Amino acid sequence: MTGPFATQPGPVPVLVLGDVLLVTLQGDLHDTAAERLQQDITQRIASSPAPVGGVVIDISGVEIVDSFLGRILAEIAASARLLATRTVLAGMRPSVAITLVELGLTMPGLDTALDVERALSLLGHPSPAAPTTHPEEGA
Amino acid sequence: MHAPFVSATRLSIGSDADLAWVRQQVRQAAAALGFGLVQQTKLVTAVSELARNTLVHGGGGHMEMTPLAEGNRVGLRLSFVDRGPGIRDLELAMTDGYTTGGGLGKGLSGSKRLVAEFAIDSRPGEGTTVTIADWVSGVPSPRAGAS
Ligand SMILES: Nc1ncnc2c1ncn2[C@@H]1O[C@H](COP(=O)(O)OP(=O)(O)OP(=O)(O)O)[C@@H](O)[C@H]1O
Ligand SMILES: [Mg+2]
Repeated sequence: MTGPFATQPGPVPVLVLGDVLLVTLQGDLHDTAAERLQQDITQRIASSPAPVGGVVIDISGVEIVDSFLGRILAEIAASARLLATRTVLAGMRPSVAITLVELGLTMPGLDTALDVERALSLLGHPSPAAPTTHPEEGA
Repeated sequence: MHAPFVSATRLSIGSDADLAWVRQQVRQAAAALGFGLVQQTKLVTAVSELARNTLVHGGGGHMEMTPLAEGNRVGLRLSFVDRGPGIRDLELAMTDGYTTGGGLGKGLSGSKRLVAEFAIDSRPGEGTTVTIADWVSGVPSPRAGAS
């Protein structure tokens, strides 16, 4: 038997992909970690030397979204928007989507994509798998 | 006294690490009883809402988890117990969107929609107990006040 702290995730990693911030949420996110993430993302957008072109939050590894996490996600998107930055929520599990609707949390105004790749292309960002440049020489 | 079967499990709710622990224990129990993925997700989400209310509004307390067997159906009963300030107006508290904190006011009304059975017992000054029960798929329960 493991104790409660076995589920304590470390700080949420924020990856920089070109001008996009990619945040990957995994497993069971504690309330304090979610609040820290909100501050962290907003700080990064505001203090980044180069403008941040968008934020992608990958929740494909998240088993449940309750009203607390739902509110944090909506607030991250709202504050990013005030800082001229678009947020896309990527990879929500079908079971989570069904539950959120029944809970009454449809999060209007939050852009979504089925996966990270589609979220990146929604932000006008080439997918990381594809080559980033296609110089057409002698055209 | 040692009962031959595990009857109820009691988990304390005093921190946000406890919330994560409670969610995990309910998910494991629900999966072991044969709840499907969507039903597990709904149940664990309701648990997360109610356990957070116990922590935030009730000042902490505990959850009691009891496996149920009735005829040929199995289920899970979960009670969230605190000795906090209680709820003065239950009807108002159950209203979608009503909150006394900075929340969305979806916790009580939403979790009621997510499970088969839902009951609140609360006395001002004495505390609050919210009890929910859910059964492994079987007969789809008629949705209370389906709109
Ligand atoms: N255990 C409790 N003890 C005392 N009051 C409670 C308890 N649970 C709920 N309440 C009261 O009922 C109101 C509605 O609860 P509900 O969970 O629906 O919304 P919330 O907790 O305010 O916001 P949300 O859950 O959407 O973040 C709360 O604001 C609080 O006043
Ligand atoms: Mg609540």
